[in-house]
Amino acid sequence: MIEIKNLHASIDGTPILNGINLKVNAGEVHAIMGPNGSGKSTLSSVLAGRDEYEVTAGEVSFFGEDLLDMEPEDRAAAGLFLAFQYPVEIPGVSNVNFLKSAINEIRKKKGLDAISAKEFLQMVKEKSKLVELDGKLANRSVNEGFSGGEKKRNEIFQMAMLEPKLSILDETDSGLDIDALRIVANGVNELKTEENASIVITHYQRLLDYIVPDFVHVLYKGKIVKTGGKELALELEEKGYDWIKEETGVSA
Amino acid sequence: MEQVIKPSIKEDFLRHFDFLDFSFDQEFYKNQRKEAKALIQNLDFPTSKTEYWKYTRLNKVLKGKYSFKELESTPYDLQGLAQNRLVFVNGYFSESLSKVNVGEGVYFAPLSQAKQENKELQNSFGKLYKQDEIFAVMNQAYHQDGAVLMVKKGKVVEEELLILNIIDGENIISQPRNLIHLSENAQAKVILKTIGYNSSASFTNMLTEVFVDTSANLEIAKIQEESKTAYQIATEQVKQEANSFFKINTFTFNGALVRNNLNIDLLGQHTESWLSGLYLLKEKQHVDNHTYVLHREPNCESNELYKGILDDQSTGVFNGKVFVHREAQKTNAYQSNANMLMTDDVTINSKPELEIYADDVKCSHGSTTGQLDEEALFYLRSRGIGYKTAMATLLKAFSADVIDQIGIESVQLEVEEFINKSFKGV
Ligand SMILES: Nc1ncnc2c1ncn2[C@@H]1O[C@H](COP(=O)(O)OP(=O)(O)OP(=O)(O)O)[C@@H](O)[C@H]1O
Ligand SMILES: [Mg+2]
Repeated sequence: MIEIKNLHASIDGTPILNGINLKVNAGEVHAIMGPNGSGKSTLSSVLAGRDEYEVTAGEVSFFGEDLLDMEPEDRAAAGLFLAFQYPVEIPGVSNVNFLKSAINEIRKKKGLDAISAKEFLQMVKEKSKLVELDGKLANRSVNEGFSGGEKKRNEIFQMAMLEPKLSILDETDSGLDIDALRIVANGVNELKTEENASIVITHYQRLLDYIVPDFVHVLYKGKIVKTGGKELALELEEKGYDWIKEETGVSA
Repeated sequence: MEQVIKPSIKEDFLRHFDFLDFSFDQEFYKNQRKEAKALIQNLDFPTSKTEYWKYTRLNKVLKGKYSFKELESTPYDLQGLAQNRLVFVNGYFSESLSKVNVGEGVYFAPLSQAKQENKELQNSFGKLYKQDEIFAVMNQAYHQDGAVLMVKKGKVVEEELLILNIIDGENIISQPRNLIHLSENAQAKVILKTIGYNSSASFTNMLTEVFVDTSANLEIAKIQEESKTAYQIATEQVKQEANSFFKINTFTFNGALVRNNLNIDLLGQHTESWLSGLYLLKEKQHVDNHTYVLHREPNCESNELYKGILDDQSTGVFNGKVFVHREAQKTNAYQSNANMLMTDDVTINSKPELEIYADDVKCSHGSTTGQLDEEALFYLRSRGIGYKTAMATLLKAFSADVIDQIGIESVQLEVEEFINKSFKGV
């Protein structure tokens, strides 16, 4: 589905990603862990198409296409979705209205007719129930005045509405209480099929109890320094990152 | 070489009017013109030292060479426009483009006709213009045609009325003149629109006198969409009596230099006034909104909200003054101006002013500037919304509280459509 090769990226001339290699196939769940500032959010932003970051080397193919050459909206249309670590508040823009135009723009690109009002409402009802997002929130301005946890649920709600092929969840679990964590994880699991895949960025093993990863990667100083199965997450939880830093010989 | 004494800019400019023929005017109006001409003698065009015009330089405008051009019609497409309309081309009435079908108690006719047949007009015409403002006086002395709307006591005009000025041709000068008078308890909605069609480098100096009598209710939507090389000065002089309601929304979508003067005089108690505006500027456009609200009596409320989106190297000027007399206790006056700056090269001069002499009032004013939220733009795009739509979405959100003020549905749609369209080209 997606193949990242030797990806380097920098911001204002400072290198942040230093050669990422990662391949995700349909049906897989990949977890990315790593200390603060190691570049996890940078990687997701670069994949989603944020132009603040400059890609200095490497390539990314998404369903065989050059992802880095696409506009953010075209990446979304191709099936990429990023649940932001810090979802932005957009006063004056209605959550459902903007989702409706997003869905319709994507459908138009695929040569499909616009979604009917009825079908759309039905979908809103169904999907907001899935993540237990208060119906009132769905109708408010995008994230405006939402609590931290509500914002995260809203991200998953949007994901559910857009039905992406590849979802990148950037610390969707942080700021969630235990119940919310379960709800969000359930949502993600419900949406999982053989055709889609996710990359789950997290600091906590507990999320991975709910969303069971096929692979766990450790990102450190802009590089994937270790890859393992779900047991790697447990080991990290127990021992922290120091042993990896030593093992990989990347100087701190 | 012999030095030739150059005539002043003023004399030069006034020469534009030499060829106008006002012989059709009745004696009353001829005398009014004569008086105004005498006033001009003692007035001068504003310079960089004139406080009231500080940020708007008129050199380019005043040095232009213009001509009057009478056209009975223009190919401009009027489809879908208001059913009741008076249309003027280059300041001249176009009978073929106009359509009037109003009920009893409503007088809606071109000024040229009203002067001939409507004696009542003499009671209000020329009563409000400012005698120390050269452009107002110039209009009084040399105005062409325009619209007269008079609504009788208690009469409610359901459908909106359109006063449309079309500028067609190059270097056209025009001085439209309108009068709106709503008698006691009357109600109406008026669209006051100026557009450019196949035109460039025109100069328009429009003056509108507005009377809102006791308990009357008037809404004006003013839409300015002349060519991008057009110069326009547009003045509304408004008088509100007790318990009346007046709303005006000013939309400036085009023009090289646009100056709006909106003066509202509140003469009775319990009046309500809403002034709002939206300007969308590009390239080197310059738009200046000057407003003046005069609270003379107690218990009145005025609300003012102007917003601007400035792109490229454009300039926006806002000067809003609220004056509260000593007698005007319990005044509520709110004023705000917000600007979104799309580049680092735009200029904004914003000066909301309150001058208060009463002690029991609620007044506030504020001015803000900000940039487009790039993160929000990226967020919308990351969900699949294309750049242009995402941009339009954010700009409409910014303008929403002004758009919400519009009480005329067709105008609301037009404004939204304009925002959508204005960023298509990016
Ligand atoms: N816009 C920016 N300007 C300057 N530096 C930046 C910018 N964005 C990220 N960085 C730097 O890049 C590095 C990686 O940041 P990033 O947000 O990708 O880390 P992260 O792994 O997501 O961390 P966390 O676990 O805290 O979310 C950090 O040192 C950060 O300060
Ligand atoms: Mg992060």
